[in-house]
Amino acid sequence: MFPPLPNPPVQPMPAKFGEQDLVRRSASNVAPPARQLTQVAKLIDTSKCIGCKACQAACLEWNDLREEVGINHGVYDNPLDLTPASLTVMRFSEWINPETQNLEWLIRKDGCMHCEDPGCLKACPAPGAIVQYSNGIVDFDHDKCIGCGYCIKGCPFNIPRISKVDNRAYKCTLCSDRVAVGQGPACAKACPTQAIVFGTKEEMKQHAEGRIKDLKSRGYKNAGLYDPPGVGGTHVMYVLHHADKPEIYSNLPNDPKISPIVEVWKGVTKYAGMAAIGTFAAIGFLHHLISGPNRVSDEDEQNAERLTEDKT
Amino acid sequence: MTAYDVERGDKVHAGHPVTIDRYTTAARINHWITATCLVLLALSGLSIFHPSLFFLTELFGGGQWTRAIHPWIGVVLFFSFSGLFIRFWRANLWRREDGTWLAQLRDVLAANDEKLPEVGKYNAGQKTVFWGMSFLIVTLIASGLVIWDQYFAAYTTIDQKRLAVLIHALAAIVIICVWIVHVYAAIWVRGTISAMTRGRVTGGWAWRHHRKWLRELVGGRQTHS
Repeated sequence: MFPPLPNPPVQPMPAKFGEQDLVRRSASNVAPPARQLTQVAKLIDTSKCIGCKACQAACLEWNDLREEVGINHGVYDNPLDLTPASLTVMRFSEWINPETQNLEWLIRKDGCMHCEDPGCLKACPAPGAIVQYSNGIVDFDHDKCIGCGYCIKGCPFNIPRISKVDNRAYKCTLCSDRVAVGQGPACAKACPTQAIVFGTKEEMKQHAEGRIKDLKSRGYKNAGLYDPPGVGGTHVMYVLHHADKPEIYSNLPNDPKISPIVEVWKGVTKYAGMAAIGTFAAIGFLHHLISGPNRVSDEDEQNAERLTEDKT
Repeated sequence: MTAYDVERGDKVHAGHPVTIDRYTTAARINHWITATCLVLLALSGLSIFHPSLFFLTELFGGGQWTRAIHPWIGVVLFFSFSGLFIRFWRANLWRREDGTWLAQLRDVLAANDEKLPEVGKYNAGQKTVFWGMSFLIVTLIASGLVIWDQYFAAYTTIDQKRLAVLIHALAAIVIICVWIVHVYAAIWVRGTISAMTRGRVTGGWAWRHHRKWLRELVGGRQTHS
């Protein structure tokens, strides 16, 4: 049993982190922060999840979001996908273990992974619309969002969703507002089986280790922690019974990394492009300076007049 | 040889100096609509391409407005340019003298026009700009539709969108460079801009830069090989 987070004091308190703790800010440079916050993480143990969706309900509740009443698609997934209101969804997959022929019901709580190297932030063209704090939380500032959808192209996990109502991108905030006053995320608070726990990244790794040992002792020899190094690790991690096959958990990427196309687009293209435009303009300027204008001479005009008179 | 490059409305007026109608009023309006769109697209596009140019979004009423309006300007440009394409494509077909002209680019840049082959209504440089613009605008509208998430997000995969956004950026950079060449040439070669403002050029200008076209116009479409 992981010790639950204490309730916060009821009297108002200042936020534990803010603007001064930014390590990355979209389309801008930030000075390295004066202090390093302790890195936080959320650990989702798929082996303990019972698929009750209390986390989904808690997320809607805390963030004051209302999903439109949908329809039953004949599966447990509801809604079927992340939306601007549903920042987290439970994904259910039925998998027949080829070794045991057992049907395994794999349930994964999907949502933002809070990458250490966030692709959304790299792709974002609006200064300050996506920020990363030194505790690892990646957050969207909706007032600065322009709704271009570049974050969707940058994200290796297909997480952000653009609202058709206000044309702004939405995703899990890791309850940055709750964490700022010493609380855990609403989903973790609501989880009845402690399949979702929250703490420092170190604590979560240690806790995961114990869980993995337990799972291995029960025959899940490939049990492991999902903290993908391709994105520098994540601040939302999974304990998987089959960590060698993350894709069986509703297509959790095996080795996620920012797409090389996005790296080229946001890397060399940005600088080489500006350089090319600048070079063309400079060549034009220099050419004019050196060779002067190409003027029509009086002789040219006389030649034209002669030609015209001859023929008319 | 047919006078492929004499366009409807091209006409010589004898006088001192000789004046020549080069672009009809409709062609000029068509051109300036396209030009305005291209400039607005470059400004709005660059503003969300490089962070140091994000301030340009203010010209369009902020980031949200820039994001919303940019694709629509692109649609206007596409149809406007299509008009220019229909008007100008015939006169921009590649001819034998174009290769020679291009091979003598050094003389072109040194303004040694007397050493260059006589060319029709458009020289090889202008033709390159024309076909370059045509190809790039098709590329830009096609890749642009793929990344127009507001209406077309559901029709392509994220991987396709990633590729489209890179192609869109690259094509945009190239077209801005082509545009710089186009504008610079119009400024450097004096007497050119009046073709697109008042629709006329002088006979001397045509003699110097488009002699084959001038001969065709005055000589009842006879050409010199």
